[in-house]
Amino acid sequence: MSEGRTTPLLEVCDLKVHFPIRSGLLRRQTDSFKAVDGVSFRVGAGQVVGLVGESGSGKTTIGRTLVKLIKSTSGEALWKGEDILPLSEKEFRPLRRRIQYIFQDPFGSLNPRMTVGAIIGEALEIHFRNLSSSERTDRVASLLSKVGLRPEMAGRHPHEFSGGQRQRIGIARALAVEPEFLICDEPVSALDVSVQAQIVNLLADLREELGLAMLFIAHDLAVVEHLSDEVLVLHRGKIVESGPSREVLAHPTHPYTRELLAAVPSL
Amino acid sequence: MISSASITPETPTGRILRRFRADPMARIAVLVIILFALLAGGTALLSSMGVNWPYNPNLTSLEQKLLPPSPSHWLGTDNLGRDVLSRMLHGASISLTVGLIAVAVSLGIGVVVGAIAGYFGGKIDQILMRSVDALLCFPTFFLILTAVALLGPSLINIVIVIGLVSWTGTARLVRGEFLTLRETEYVKSARVLGQRAWTIITRHILPNAAAPILVTAVLGIPDAILSEAGLSFLGFGVQPPQATWGNIIADGKTYLLDAWWLILFPGLAILIASLSFYLAGDALREAAESRN
Repeated sequence: MSEGRTTPLLEVCDLKVHFPIRSGLLRRQTDSFKAVDGVSFRVGAGQVVGLVGESGSGKTTIGRTLVKLIKSTSGEALWKGEDILPLSEKEFRPLRRRIQYIFQDPFGSLNPRMTVGAIIGEALEIHFRNLSSSERTDRVASLLSKVGLRPEMAGRHPHEFSGGQRQRIGIARALAVEPEFLICDEPVSALDVSVQAQIVNLLADLREELGLAMLFIAHDLAVVEHLSDEVLVLHRGKIVESGPSREVLAHPTHPYTRELLAAVPSL
Repeated sequence: MISSASITPETPTGRILRRFRADPMARIAVLVIILFALLAGGTALLSSMGVNWPYNPNLTSLEQKLLPPSPSHWLGTDNLGRDVLSRMLHGASISLTVGLIAVAVSLGIGVVVGAIAGYFGGKIDQILMRSVDALLCFPTFFLILTAVALLGPSLINIVIVIGLVSWTGTARLVRGEFLTLRETEYVKSARVLGQRAWTIITRHILPNAAAPILVTAVLGIPDAILSEAGLSFLGFGVQPPQATWGNIIADGKTYLLDAWWLILFPGLAILIASLSFYLAGDALREAAESRN
């Protein structure tokens, strides 16, 4: 935890993402929806930060802003000291290799018309342009076995896989470009409970093996507690509580965090 | 380790084809289209080898004018004694060529405009879509008529003009598909990987929009065939002596009361060909849209 303080991999300062609300005949902007309203946090190298909050609290918006799928309104996101938010797509492209994203919906995040090999191979094709096609096939095979799938599955299409297997494919695609930082956007919330644990364990293993830093977005506190060093509690676009995850979850100070904890079903 | 998947391995394309084949109307329509294509192609092939079957379509014979259907002239003869069946067979290749090429032109423009508008959005989208709206304000057929009158009624001009005025529907449809598909997570994940816009469009979005685009293409063919027939009927189409279904009817209208076969057979050909394409297009849409 302390190594994150000295050399933050990512430092987000006062990030704001406001969406315009337009109304009337001329579609003038009359108000704005403050999805993210002044959020600051840091992620150190190899550190896992959990981001929790209910639906609509702005978790996904933060994740998507960091990979520039959504434009920020103001604030900074420093990647090793360099603000990535004002970069053009061309300037940002080399950094895309470093920052990867795992999507929530394993059924929507894989192109139904491509084979698994082509899906993972595409990542290699973009960032490792001088690989020969046989080298690429080998890499795809080793990525598949790294996420617990069989290499010969590369020839199949996404519809031949279950939700958990598809999420493994999504993880393999993100890992293909050898990222340092992985944004996991509720990677298990669309999966069966029995499969959730497998995917969380896979992510924990990969983190250990590859020294990955992660921003782990979830609404399930148990999952976050298992994986993350620190936790941020987001409520209506603002961080209401943060700190080492064991501490925050054991002794929540903010009423919203207590509410979230109380909402966890006990089995 | 994860056990191999037990979900039925059916690709999206396979599913559409299976449903399409299960539709009896689709089968009949496709058979009729194939029959027309074989007749038109066969006639064109034979005449290129110097064989005119059953007769030379432009051979006039005034002793044999306006003969009703008979064993020697199955569909009768026209006012110049030309064999109607021969003229219709030659006309079929004109109709199908016009249909296919005009649709190819309109598809080319419509897909490019729709894709740019839908993918990039914002100002580009506004400009392109308002141009489409402006173009839609003109009655299409009169636009074609004016353009052909100005450019001259050759086969190439007709095909290009029909294509140039009929892409607006395709552009709107493609834009709509792009607006939906660019919000999918696989497109977002391609963007997060740093994939170029061009590759995202051609690899991730277009293949997934292929079915609806194919449907509009198939439905566009009869529209082009009907436009060409209408132009020919008005005398702005392919010029005589080249036979087309439209100008056989145009020539025959003077003799309507004496020689019904001059109008009935080409009229039926236009009807059956257009209907087959419409039915095939509709069946394809059903196959692409239904969920089972």
